[in-house]
Amino acid sequence: MVTVELDKVDEIIDGYVGEEGILIQLLLDIQSELNWIPKEALERISERLKIPVSQIYRIASFYKAMSLTPRGKHIINVCLGTACHVRGGQRIMDRAKELLGIKEGETTPDMKFTLERVNCLGCCALGPVVVVDGEYHGKVAPAKVEKTLKSYD
Amino acid sequence: MPKLNSPAELEELRQETLAKRDPNKPCITLCSGTGCHAYGSEKVNAAFAEEIKKQGLEGEIDIRRTGCHGFCERGTLVVIYPKEICYTNVQPEDAAEVVQSVKESKVVDRLLYTDPVTGEKITYELEIPFYANQQRTIFGPNRRIDPQNIEDYLALGGYRALAKALTQMTPEAVLEEVKRSNLRGRGGGGFSTGRKWEATRDAPGEPKYVIVNCDEGDPGAYMNRALMEGNPHSVLEGLAIGAYAIGSHEGFIYVRAEYPLAVENVGIAIRQAEEYGLLGENIFGSGFDFKVKVHRGAGAFVSGESSALMTAIEGKVGEPRPKYIHTSEKGIWDGPSCLNNVETWANVPLIINNGAAWFDSIGSERNTGTKIFSLVGKVNNTGLVEVPLGTSLRHIIYNIGGGIPGGKKFKVVQTGGPSGGCIPEQFLDSPIDFDELTKLGSMMGSGGMIVMDEDTCMVDTARYFLDFLSDESCGKCTPCREGIRQMLGILTDICEGRSKEGDIELLEELAEVVKDTSLCALGGTAPNPILTTLRYFRDEYKAHIEQKKCPAFVCKELTSYYIDPAKCEACMICLRNCPTGAIDGGKGKIHVVDQSKCTKCGTCFDICPDRFNAVVRISGEPVPPPPSEEERVIVRVEK
Ligand SMILES: Cc1cc2nc3c(=O)[nH]c(=O)nc-3n(C[C@H](O)[C@H](O)[C@H](O)COP(=O)(O)O)c2cc1C
Ligand code: FES
Ligand code: FES
Repeated sequence: MVTVELDKVDEIIDGYVGEEGILIQLLLDIQSELNWIPKEALERISERLKIPVSQIYRIASFYKAMSLTPRGKHIINVCLGTACHVRGGQRIMDRAKELLGIKEGETTPDMKFTLERVNCLGCCALGPVVVVDGEYHGKVAPAKVEKTLKSYD
Repeated sequence: MPKLNSPAELEELRQETLAKRDPNKPCITLCSGTGCHAYGSEKVNAAFAEEIKKQGLEGEIDIRRTGCHGFCERGTLVVIYPKEICYTNVQPEDAAEVVQSVKESKVVDRLLYTDPVTGEKITYELEIPFYANQQRTIFGPNRRIDPQNIEDYLALGGYRALAKALTQMTPEAVLEEVKRSNLRGRGGGGFSTGRKWEATRDAPGEPKYVIVNCDEGDPGAYMNRALMEGNPHSVLEGLAIGAYAIGSHEGFIYVRAEYPLAVENVGIAIRQAEEYGLLGENIFGSGFDFKVKVHRGAGAFVSGESSALMTAIEGKVGEPRPKYIHTSEKGIWDGPSCLNNVETWANVPLIINNGAAWFDSIGSERNTGTKIFSLVGKVNNTGLVEVPLGTSLRHIIYNIGGGIPGGKKFKVVQTGGPSGGCIPEQFLDSPIDFDELTKLGSMMGSGGMIVMDEDTCMVDTARYFLDFLSDESCGKCTPCREGIRQMLGILTDICEGRSKEGDIELLEELAEVVKDTSLCALGGTAPNPILTTLRYFRDEYKAHIEQKKCPAFVCKELTSYYIDPAKCEACMICLRNCPTGAIDGGKGKIHVVDQSKCTKCGTCFDICPDRFNAVVRISGEPVPPPPSEEERVIVRVEK
């Protein structure tokens, strides 16, 4: 891990020093800054806050919002909330898996795409919904998935 | 901003704010809720701003961005004040015409909502049947408030209830009022809010905590999100009133990580309320201190459970603990803690302002007040719906929701979140409240209401929820961790054609064990989706097991698609659209589905033009052999 990134981790930790119950918030900040949580970051937190790595790892591995592996350039979120499910969300997910050759939660070997499942994005009227890098695609049909993915390079 | 030191100063400020605002000045309000955002409200907003500039109307027309109005189906929603003219499905290209019409006090007819039944155009927002059939006491203000501007909330009389509670009522009187209102928690169990407050108040130990549950784990519901994003002050005000009644000086708002806008808006709201002295020390000169912190969740359904949520606030893994000691006695850092749902808190200012008797008069017996439902799935008007408890399902789905799209038949409505249940047609006239839903084998949950039509498979639906729950089980107790996994395995076998006789009985037996022996309510209610679908749709399970047939054609492994040679006109539409290239054919050559390549995505079935209707979907029977090469040639008779 490059030192620049560890500096960022330090900066985030500095912002919380002296507060109680901060571990989850701290890890979330690191996740959003680096897009994942590298091992070195866990070790740094452990060193500075005097918390065993095992305890930090337990949290980081429990929560869905935290990733212990690097993520791809584009993050694909397929909504499988109930409303999207009844409108065929699973067919969209199956198609995306087929096209990318990866499973839910994985990243393509070229680090281009990470495929994730989300539960209800609050826009069920548009279901089934796929969000790529924060951009919404509504009423997606299986036949449209390929074109949508190709538009991200 | 100088701090407000008394209710009189609050009222003064309100009057000043109202005086500053010309009620006749045109204002374009634009929904910026998540639904409308997904439709591109951001671009619509930019287009309006630019158009106002271009037409030289800066300062003459205001723009206000609000939270979700509820009618998400028709985003982006735009409402023009003062008359409250409502435009639906607004696109950036419409901005010029709308701005022009505002200038000339005209109405853009083509953007008005058309009643699908009468064909009539409806001009005013609240006259649209979707809204007119609701009673929107909690959710109503959303459409009038810019959530990032506290003045909007104050202008509508915001924080008056807090002022009243702190300066005219004792904590005991506040508690008494809430108890008498018979308010029940909106987060799931429907537990009496007054009794919960009282238990926390009476528990020994300091400090005490009050907490807002905005984890909203139900994967088909977003009403908490809409309130938190659209009207965060109403939740803060309720929380502060509760803290006063309970004797707490510290509050937490637990928001799930997937709701960044809610985190942002509630953060802004807290800062603004502090600036005005509505949070912090000595609020309204009453001597009452109260501060609030936001805690972001990190994506775990089980962390929405009360003891798990409190553990998470302490910075530890959000897992439940056994509850022989209630969280009202020992919650966060072992202090007495009171957790309520977003909507529960948002009801509190209304009760203080209007009185317990008013609240008690709304709704049905033992089920007072209104409830927001998230009406989604196979329904024409997807959106958030607020009605008095005790309203019938039929009213919600048909009068408000506009029925089922595409001429399909209603099958069930699923309520109560992942561990709720499916309610079939014969109960459409049942009043919906906490007790009735339980009687039907489902529950209220947070108010998710997913409408499903005839194309939904009940076994697949149960499998979907069990899959969700098995993923979300924290694994701490064995019955939940292993039991759900086993039930999921059996359901998957049923859906994929590997089922055997006795599977239903085995499911029922497992369900009993998991229900009775799990540590928390996640496991305790996890069998519900299976039990209710079995109760009302046992035949569908049997068809899967005995005939390997999915009557709704949902389970892929049991379904096949083929093209009826007598109907195929070789139009090539399915062939071009098949994502896996499984369709063989050409111009003048009848198409055939290559069963070995088909992934059963159903694209060909959906896309084959209605006038041909050549794609056939079957289940529980073999695919007929394809026509021979000679038979595939279409000879067209020249005219
Ligand atoms: C697995 C599980 C998940 C839950 N998720 C939520 C949730 O997302 N939001 C919520 O308000 N309550 C949730 N609850 C219910 C809470 O434990 C608690 O009863 C509720 O927040 C209390 O608020 P109320 O009295 O206002 O209903 C969940 C319960 C369980 C067992
Ligand atoms: S279920 Fe997909 S957006 Fe609500
Ligand atoms: S998001 Fe605009 S109406 Fe719901």
